Amino acid sequence: MALKKVKGNFFERMFDKNLTDLVRGIRNNKDNEAKYISTCIEEIKQELRQDNINVKCNAVAKLTYIQMLGYDISWAGFNIIEVMSSSRFTCKRIGYLAASQCFHPDSELLMLTTNMIRKDLNSQNQYDAGVALSGLSCFISPDLSRDLANDIMTLMSSTKPYLRMKAVLMMYKVFLRYPEALRPAFPKLKEKLEDPDPGVQSAAVNVICELARKNPKNYLPLAPIFFKLMTTSTNNWMLIKIIKLFGALTPLEPRLGKKLIEPLTNLIHSTSAMSLLYECINTVIAVLISISSGMPNHSASIQLCVQKLRILIEDSDQNLKYLGLLAMSKILKTHPKSVQAHKDLILACLDDKDESIRLRALDLLYGMVSKKNLMEIVKRLLGHMERAEGSAYRDELLYKVIEICGQSSYLYVTNFEWYLTVLVELIQLEAGSRHGRLIAEQLLDVAIRVPVVRQFAVNEMTNLLDTFTVSAQSNSMYEVLYAAAWIVGEFAGELEDAEKTLNILLRPRQLPGHIQGVYVQNVIKLFARLATTCLELQDLPGLVKLCEHVLEKLQHFNGSSDIEVQERANSACMLIEMLRTQLSVTDEGMALMDTTTTEGGGIPPLAIEIVQEITLLFAGELIPVAPKAQRKVPLPDGLDLDEWINPPPPEDAASSSSSEHDKDELFVSAGTGVDGSSGGGGSGGGKRRQSLELTPEQLERQRMARLLEQSSNPHYLKSTPTASGSAANADQYDNIDDIPITELPLDMEGVAALRVGITKRSDKYLQEQQQQASAQGGGKDGKKKHKKGKKSKKSKNKVAYNSSSESEGEPKPLHIVNTTLDMPEGVSMSDSEDKDGKYDPHDPHRALDIELDITDFEAPAVRSTTSSKKPSGKENLKVPAETTSSSSTSKKDRKKDKDKDKDRESKRERKAAAAQPVIDLIDANTPTPSPRHTSSNNASNSVLPDAAKPHKQKKKNKEKTQASAPGIIDIVQEEELNEAESASKSHKKKHKKEKSQRKEKKKTSSASATDYEQPLGISTPSKEIF
Amino acid sequence: MIKAILVFNNHGKPRLSKFYQYFDESLQQQIIKETFQLVSKRDDNVCNFLEGGSLIGGSDYKLIYRHYATLYFVFCVDSSESELGILDLIQVFVETLDKCFENVCELDLIFHADAVHHILSELVMGGMVLQTNMNDIMARIEEQNKIVKQEAGISAAPARAVSAVKSMNIPQQIKDIKLPDLPQAIKDFKF
Repeated sequence: MALKKVKGNFFERMFDKNLTDLVRGIRNNKDNEAKYISTCIEEIKQELRQDNINVKCNAVAKLTYIQMLGYDISWAGFNIIEVMSSSRFTCKRIGYLAASQCFHPDSELLMLTTNMIRKDLNSQNQYDAGVALSGLSCFISPDLSRDLANDIMTLMSSTKPYLRMKAVLMMYKVFLRYPEALRPAFPKLKEKLEDPDPGVQSAAVNVICELARKNPKNYLPLAPIFFKLMTTSTNNWMLIKIIKLFGALTPLEPRLGKKLIEPLTNLIHSTSAMSLLYECINTVIAVLISISSGMPNHSASIQLCVQKLRILIEDSDQNLKYLGLLAMSKILKTHPKSVQAHKDLILACLDDKDESIRLRALDLLYGMVSKKNLMEIVKRLLGHMERAEGSAYRDELLYKVIEICGQSSYLYVTNFEWYLTVLVELIQLEAGSRHGRLIAEQLLDVAIRVPVVRQFAVNEMTNLLDTFTVSAQSNSMYEVLYAAAWIVGEFAGELEDAEKTLNILLRPRQLPGHIQGVYVQNVIKLFARLATTCLELQDLPGLVKLCEHVLEKLQHFNGSSDIEVQERANSACMLIEMLRTQLSVTDEGMALMDTTTTEGGGIPPLAIEIVQEITLLFAGELIPVAPKAQRKVPLPDGLDLDEWINPPPPEDAASSSSSEHDKDELFVSAGTGVDGSSGGGGSGGGKRRQSLELTPEQLERQRMARLLEQSSNPHYLKSTPTASGSAANADQYDNIDDIPITELPLDMEGVAALRVGITKRSDKYLQEQQQQASAQGGGKDGKKKHKKGKKSKKSKNKVAYNSSSESEGEPKPLHIVNTTLDMPEGVSMSDSEDKDGKYDPHDPHRALDIELDITDFEAPAVRSTTSSKKPSGKENLKVPAETTSSSSTSKKDRKKDKDKDKDRESKRERKAAAAQPVIDLIDANTPTPSPRHTSSNNASNSVLPDAAKPHKQKKKNKEKTQASAPGIIDIVQEEELNEAESASKSHKKKHKKEKSQRKEKKKTSSASATDYEQPLGISTPSKEIF
Repeated sequence: MIKAILVFNNHGKPRLSKFYQYFDESLQQQIIKETFQLVSKRDDNVCNFLEGGSLIGGSDYKLIYRHYATLYFVFCVDSSESELGILDLIQVFVETLDKCFENVCELDLIFHADAVHHILSELVMGGMVLQTNMNDIMARIEEQNKIVKQEAGISAAPARAVSAVKSMNIPQQIKDIKLPDLPQAIKDFKF
């Protein structure tokens, strides 16, 4: 019998494939891999039916491999559990590996495993427990967490460091699934921070860092412990974690940051590990950001950081370079000046072969420009653009040029003629295939907002219209013609030779419809301008000729296939035709009675009136509108955007007329808005919008009728008009007149100086600027510049400009940007609505936002100053927490208040005496290697001065007494626990959703076998950390 | 936290995949494929950090990778991990593999995927770094291997025999035996 069994085994085993055979088979069947694997899976299914555990084990091992190739093996879940439960370590390990690869917290099979895993956790063999912990960490479910939390906690105090280490890490996973475990487990976890084994210590730091990253405020009281660890430990991995944690804590407690500066600075000086150095710098930066004021010597720290970062950036290692630039951009936000000193370095990075580094450098440029260096930087960027290969990168460069120039309303652009020239050069480079629209927007924006530069702009644009050739490529650069045509038309008054421009616009060209439409529109503008000139000069023949000419040329547009162009051209033709008829009438009339040529130069009054009317069409100045203004305009009372403007079926007269008026009302308000904003600029602007004026009574009646209709309509979403809202609406249009419009003073001398040599190339401006600077500075760059013109300081609206006036030696802005934006009443420029995206209901960390019973780090300080009275053990901490949790809610509330008071009290005391423990720490903070941490493997770690050792010992004792003092005890809050439960439920749901998104996909890829034997070549161990 | 550890070769064939967050198999394959596409188009002399792909992570996650000969080792981590630290961890991982397999090459990873998993589980547990010291890691692995060997003991003898027989590659050897010669030899053999 026994023999038979063995024999059976033998034969079965003989014909079973093992993992190696499977892999070999798959490699030999590259062409029909899927088919081969499906036959293998059939075999595996056979094997799984056998009684022999070794056979099953082999099958599961094969399944694990197949899973990696993308096959679902969850059907074998039960067999995997069987293998996991084997008493043999070999099988157990294979089983747990398979489980960790294919089980997930929602697997229903997991409830079968609870007792088995518990048995493994309590196994005599530490590797049984270790394997169980490793596997469990991948698939632990809320139920398993709840059931096994105690076992894992017991393992945290195991005698074997290996198990302690794993159990500590495991607890984090337990907390995520079962937040209730956090409170009871926390004292033990805290204890592990001082575990004799460095691995356990490191694991505990790791777990607390993960916890604190999401809910930093709850872990603030642990700061002294971490501070001690930071100054004593030599395990770089742990140091990095601690320092990262401090980076998260400092924003909450600025005083902590102040204490940190010095030890971190020391670490920066002493460490040889780049990773540690980098994290130190990062945290110092975070500290400096959080305590932006009130640090006397923080400029030294900044300097140090920037210096060290410079070393990183200069390093040949691309990784360090990348990280250096990344950290630089953080400094840039708060201390732009210190970064600006390294402009050369950052500009050099623009030439780097690595694109991610180039992009990082570009990011930095954004913050580094000043009035002084903008021209230079842009010149370099233009140079890069000419050389750069790859349109994506060129596009990015173009975008950055515009971004750095346009930032904060052209803060750094001192000379807009230069800027326009740059824009035109960008257009001529023909690089930005995607950004044509962006350039067009910039052109429009500058022309509208900088009145002084308009004359220059119209001439530039005329040239552009004249010379720009639309290439057949699929780029969007032709968009600039839209802007150019609009600018020359709108600011026709600034043109030197309007007729020439008109002819350029009338030239027949192949352009997209929307641009041709703008052409036609602006032809009329130019025509109006020229006709007015003719009127002034009493030049009747000239006017007639002009009409004829334009009419003739517009025929080309009349035949356009674009409906918009056709319509506009037709309207324009009709308008001009009207004028010409009047003129021709006069011609005849003049011939009849030339005696009446007393006034008007023979031009009939009707024609004069028409020309004036046309001019009025385009009178008035446009001012820029804030990008989000439209979105923020509150819906006017009674305006229903969902309502029919024209009711579909013919209804009774009243309702149709009401909807008609509705429309009119909308336009009336918009019209007055425009007129109002145009202020004094548009004389007689009211004439422009002739509309039906309804009496208030009529309006009111219509509104009532409409409201009645709406209220009886079930499909109509009723608005909830608030009193304030309607008031705001009412105010809105009245107040638009009050929006201040700055009359911007010109800096006459500057403009005059520029007019002398109008050049095409933007470099000219740079040279000019440099000449000016050298002239003013007496040949030296660094010399102080004379005071800025008083004139320019007068204007109230140039806040941006004034704010930067402290910088010395910067060139005077020649042009001033109009920063007035058209904004609805009661709307701020800040984008408050953009920050809602952060909330993630599935984040398990929300449930872990539990206040913990941590000895407040203020408390010992208070006690120590009052000659520490009652040092009691930490064990007591748990007891009051439990009693309070069972008390009634009202009591709890009271207790909460009390706690608050206590908090306040301690805060007050803090100011006087607190922070002393930290100060104590710092006084003796020369970092020393603690003897128990210097294991052989840490030899490569940073070497720190040994001299401070005895000093340190003393400090440690002092701290022990402090730590043992009791602190403020917080209360369990049941609401939080409930919240935790619901959060974990929602987490479950998320997984289900993911599951449902399953799609089928097959892989076809062949690997050349020759590569496999190549050794991985790890001859350059860096190992700086370990 | 480490979200995933992927090892694949220059052609994108997975050699090891370890996800510390559950994704179903097809999504896993998609992630591997996407990661491969992101990583493989980068030169060897550029930096080893990469903003995360669309499938895994998001803005908080980074791909940190190293390229050794024919293999890419990619770690997908969030911002709580130090970039340079992870790079060193990858180095430790590969050096450990090198020690365990003696001059490791891609074939070792192909045929001993399970062993690679066991090694990895001594470095990283549930997405958190467990041990970074190579000597400790090696000690743990060796102790576990010892247990496996002990357990194998006698009961594994037939298995070893089978595998020995298998590795003899019988079909090939049978073919290799020159059968036609044999009758000839017999013929030639005169009694």
